[in-house]
Amino acid sequence: MSESVVQLDKQQNGAGGEPLIQVDNLKKYFPITGGVFQRKVGDVKAVDGVSFTINKGESFGLVGESGCGKSTIGRTLLRLNDKTEGTVTFEGQDLHELSKSELRKMRTKMQIVFQDPFSSLNPRIKVGEAIGEALVDHGLVSRKDVKQRVIETMKICGLAEYHYDRFPHEFSGGQRQRIGIARALIMNPEFIVADEPVSALDVSIQAQIINLMSDLQREKQLTYLFISHDLSVVEHLCNRVGVMYLGTMMEMAPTEELFSNPLHPYTKALMSAIPVPDPTLKRERIVLQGDIPSPANPPSGCKFHTRCPMASDICKQQVPEYRNMGNDHFVACHFA
Amino acid sequence: MAKELVEFRNLETHFKTSAGTVKAVNDVSFSIREGETLCVVGESGCGKSVTAMSLMQLIESPPGKIVGGEIIFEGKDLLKLNKKEMSRLRGNEIAMIFQEPMSSLNPVFTIGKQITEPLLYHLGMSQKEAKARAIELITLVGIPRPEKIFDSYPHELSGGMRQRIMIAIALSCNPKLLIADEPTTALDVTIQAQILDLMRDIKSKMNTAIMMITHDLGVVAEMADFVVVMYAGKVIEEAPVLELFRNPQHPYTQGLLKAKPVINQRQERLYSIPGQVPNPVDLGDNCHFHDRCEFCMEICKAKTPPLRTHADGHKTACWLYEEEGQAQ
Repeated sequence: MSESVVQLDKQQNGAGGEPLIQVDNLKKYFPITGGVFQRKVGDVKAVDGVSFTINKGESFGLVGESGCGKSTIGRTLLRLNDKTEGTVTFEGQDLHELSKSELRKMRTKMQIVFQDPFSSLNPRIKVGEAIGEALVDHGLVSRKDVKQRVIETMKICGLAEYHYDRFPHEFSGGQRQRIGIARALIMNPEFIVADEPVSALDVSIQAQIINLMSDLQREKQLTYLFISHDLSVVEHLCNRVGVMYLGTMMEMAPTEELFSNPLHPYTKALMSAIPVPDPTLKRERIVLQGDIPSPANPPSGCKFHTRCPMASDICKQQVPEYRNMGNDHFVACHFA
Repeated sequence: MAKELVEFRNLETHFKTSAGTVKAVNDVSFSIREGETLCVVGESGCGKSVTAMSLMQLIESPPGKIVGGEIIFEGKDLLKLNKKEMSRLRGNEIAMIFQEPMSSLNPVFTIGKQITEPLLYHLGMSQKEAKARAIELITLVGIPRPEKIFDSYPHELSGGMRQRIMIAIALSCNPKLLIADEPTTALDVTIQAQILDLMRDIKSKMNTAIMMITHDLGVVAEMADFVVVMYAGKVIEEAPVLELFRNPQHPYTQGLLKAKPVINQRQERLYSIPGQVPNPVDLGDNCHFHDRCEFCMEICKAKTPPLRTHADGHKTACWLYEEEGQAQ
């Protein structure tokens, strides 16, 4: 770790609290193969040099559009993917250096909740068994006590005892997401990655799940990495937010600071693109032109310059420095 | 007020399932006026898409069937038309765009072939005329280099571009009514903003009436002139957009508005409607929202509330606003 990065880390911890997870210059490239011999012809730079810290008890939000690398970060953090470069430190240990058995022990402390409650549950396994599976597997609770623990956890997550013997198809989307949360929670984790946990749900159900997640966080002192494309959900649930575009962190700040004073043109455009449920509001909207470029062949300089309303020559040539603007507010833009 | 273009009168569309009959659309009546954007809003399974599919007569039968009611389009009952007459209207005077721009284009035909198809079929244009018109349409929906796109295949385009192409196809015959079923749900917010802008633009240029189906109240607020709220197969409230947001009457509409997190208005805790949407099979004669409603009375469990006007152009189906309900 270079000196400047150490300093950056200190600044990023300004919010107080001990760091639980430190991500330093993380890169994850997926190879593209082509031709008869399936030779490697390029890389999809899904995550391209991202650094941030998540403190204990904090909920950190990652937002961005499809293909920005937010889910890849979530998976690489838990080592569900291997990294290409950089480090991920959990409670001072480098996760990607751990041996298989050490990692297995660590796994109980880190859980993930997926987006799609329909495909993340095995349709042939009873819900109660699915929730208790990991407990049994890790041998944390004796077999006869498992059912008791499962039922307790189900109740915490708003499910009833009689749901234990049912199959996933008997549940609605919201209930399945509660099952997903129960599966993660039963391990008593310290850290949960929630990857778009409410995107597939209806508004009235979405509010229930968001409230459940924030209650659980308060009661169990959980730390969240909350991945979402919806800024309004992130604003509601997170203490700090990072905005990503094409594998790079564009802006990061405490929630209130970010929403009251967005500095990056991409963040501003994202915020103004969200339809607000108030028909009397007439807003000057920043509509971004064009599509998101391919992460296999990202634009030079600032990756956002092809769509940025403020772009000038320097943006095409030079990668903007990711710097602290005060108040823990980091931004990568030449004009901020 | 502008002339009525479409009127749904007591529409009933049912689906037969092994578990029983699902009344996906249960006695639905409302009208769309010329040049107006009407949004149908509701959660999954409330019957908003089935209402639109009934209008287009694209309900798969079996298991689905339109068992009652009328859909009046320009004075004719669409349900009485034969197949040929209906297919002359479809894609011509009434066009539709779908949620999934990925799956609604045929992957083995070029974009050009798919845009010119309705022009050749409905308007009887020659190949050459159709190509010229297609290129005009591609430009209209804001895609650069239309000649190149004309010869491309769907997989070569991004989601936002495909949705633009779908809109171009829908507009090809100058429809009087454009049905848009969750047109931006599968798109990123910045692309959604582009598509909504495009639709607004088209409406003002071509004076097309739009029936837009959505679950997002933000989109409703931006696009609608008039709003219909559906729940479990029934219209529970309808009003002009300003009136609906200023003065929502049905507890479900009020709940929906409170439950949505709104940017720059952070609350300690989100309001949430308890429980979940009822099982659509064999729903009884009552207010289908009663078991989630904080104002539930005895009458709500026993009798279906009528959809009645309680303010100017504002209809609500709720016992709270009826004399019978107030007596309790």
